[in-house]
Amino acid sequence: MARPYGIIAEFTNAASVMHAAETVRDAGFRKWDVFTPFPVHGMDRAMGLKNSKVGWFTFLGGVAGYTTGMLMIWWMNAYDYRIVVGGKPMFSPYSAFPPSYELTILFGAFGSLFGMLFLNRLPRLHHPLLKNKRFALVTHDRFFVVIECNDPKYSEVETRKLLENAGSKHIELVEDED
Amino acid sequence: MSAPAIPANIPQPPAELQRQPLVANYRSFGWISDRVCGLAEGKAPFWWWVMFVPSVLLLGMLLFCLSYQISTGVGVWGNMHPVMWGWDIINFVWWIGIGHAGTLISAILFLFRQRWRTAVNRAAEAMTIFAVMCAGIYPAMHVGRVWYDWWLFPIPNANSIWPQFRSPLMWDVFAVSTYFTVSVLFWYMGLIPDLAVMRDRATTKLRQFLYGLFSLGWTGSNRHWSNYEKAYLLLAGLSTPLVLSVHSIVSLDFSVSQLPGWHTTIFPPYFVAGAIFSGFGMVLTLLIPLRSMFKLQDIITMRHIDIMCKVTLATGSIVGYAYAMEFFIAWYSGSPNERFHFMNRALGPYMWGWIPMISCNVILPQLFWIKWFRQNLVAVFIMSIIVNVGMWFERFVIIVIGLHRDFIPSNWGYYRPSIIDICTYIGTFGLFFTCFLLFIRFLPMIAISEVKGVTPQSDPHHPMGGAKHVEKEEEA
Repeated sequence: MARPYGIIAEFTNAASVMHAAETVRDAGFRKWDVFTPFPVHGMDRAMGLKNSKVGWFTFLGGVAGYTTGMLMIWWMNAYDYRIVVGGKPMFSPYSAFPPSYELTILFGAFGSLFGMLFLNRLPRLHHPLLKNKRFALVTHDRFFVVIECNDPKYSEVETRKLLENAGSKHIELVEDED
Repeated sequence: MSAPAIPANIPQPPAELQRQPLVANYRSFGWISDRVCGLAEGKAPFWWWVMFVPSVLLLGMLLFCLSYQISTGVGVWGNMHPVMWGWDIINFVWWIGIGHAGTLISAILFLFRQRWRTAVNRAAEAMTIFAVMCAGIYPAMHVGRVWYDWWLFPIPNANSIWPQFRSPLMWDVFAVSTYFTVSVLFWYMGLIPDLAVMRDRATTKLRQFLYGLFSLGWTGSNRHWSNYEKAYLLLAGLSTPLVLSVHSIVSLDFSVSQLPGWHTTIFPPYFVAGAIFSGFGMVLTLLIPLRSMFKLQDIITMRHIDIMCKVTLATGSIVGYAYAMEFFIAWYSGSPNERFHFMNRALGPYMWGWIPMISCNVILPQLFWIKWFRQNLVAVFIMSIIVNVGMWFERFVIIVIGLHRDFIPSNWGYYRPSIIDICTYIGTFGLFFTCFLLFIRFLPMIAISEVKGVTPQSDPHHPMGGAKHVEKEEEA
């Protein structure tokens, strides 16, 4: 059964979609989003978004990487199976540093990519918007504002009027097929 | 090729926003998608097959040489006492150095807000990945018994012995494998929005499915872009110290040893500069022909070529400074072994390797001071190849001349590569070009969404982006 997912409004340039985003933000909508072919600078502020949380995942990854490296090397070479090589100390933070440094970066990079995917709830195999023919232009040269139907402020007539006043020439209701 | 779509009257931006656009001829967003995706759609051009078939044949030769080496032993190479590191390590360092330009372009130039990088970063990152793959073959093979390669990883062997982390060779394992993994992650993350472009244009079911699968359901949502851009910035921030550390650690393989010519503190920065130098050479070698054959002159403009030539000149001169400093320190140190090594380097039996190193890396790139030379594509292309010939000789000089005259004259020798050495090296070009040609055939070789983001119409505060400016003078 098809049920309405949201209302999509198409814009043709970056400035108009940004003004529309400011209007929607000021109207107090919650479940809405702007879709653009490339990241538009200033859009986060126009939408009222906070700073992204990806950095925490990177930080935790980096800390985990460095700790793993140092502990692993100490445990392997100075605890579990000690071998004297050239009279050097069994464990030295200096010789253990390069591999630990690399692991900091490795785990930090995994944290960044997978943190980003987690925060974006990707990968996602199905999305109602991706079924829409017109919406496919979002990766080409069009800009869209989408307001979901389950937003508390949503009303079919009022929301449509709001987006029309914001300057959209093409407005459409998108349905989600179950 | 369609005629340049210059709007009839381009609204003039205010003076503080006036800059030469990075994408020439005021190309539209749609043009960028069409041009770049068009390269990976439809039938392959004839020249692609002309390049691809020999590449696959060379790849076959590589596989043959490696199988022969595995089944017979490392004796099939020319490595012989006292030169126990030969073409294997030369080619390892050479290939991994080439990779460095890709990461410099994608990460360091991103942090420095060099927006021109968007036109070349995707292809350069692909070059990095394939170059590191070619490089990785050598350390894996030169151990001789490749079925024991897993001893390099932190897994206990049959006697419960762990790898020895006091050796720089172990650091190298971590540096190179991290470098490869992070380069792939960074490259793939950059590809996600562009794979979505390919997905939305796909006409066949198979293409829709595959591009759809790998674009992970990307919609271009600004909530997603916000996290994406932060993650991209963080990955750039992580890749910058990574790329500087990788060739530093490669250089530690040499400089941690006690050998004259190797045991120097200048090695890490000198190796990194040389790596970026050779990498930019390879980027130019790849992009100059691709730019003409794929008609990408509006995206990879002459300004891009000009900037890359200047980077090559700068890094080549740093390398030249390092060469001079090595000689100075050898004299200044007063160590007879050091002095002998450097006299032997310049005037010994391998003088034929030292002369091309100096001329290709230091002297000839000085031509890049001349603007006419930087604007002449044939000249730049030839120079880009000369750069990599020179950098190959640099590694030859360091490794072979460093080893062939040991401390006692009874330990002296003369190294010659075997035919298998030569064929393996040529074969790695087969691997590199097969991968690269497949890349340009199936993936967007220009970062589409990034290039769109540097056009004037992408800026909501620019008249071409739809901004309406209030004339301040009229108000007053």
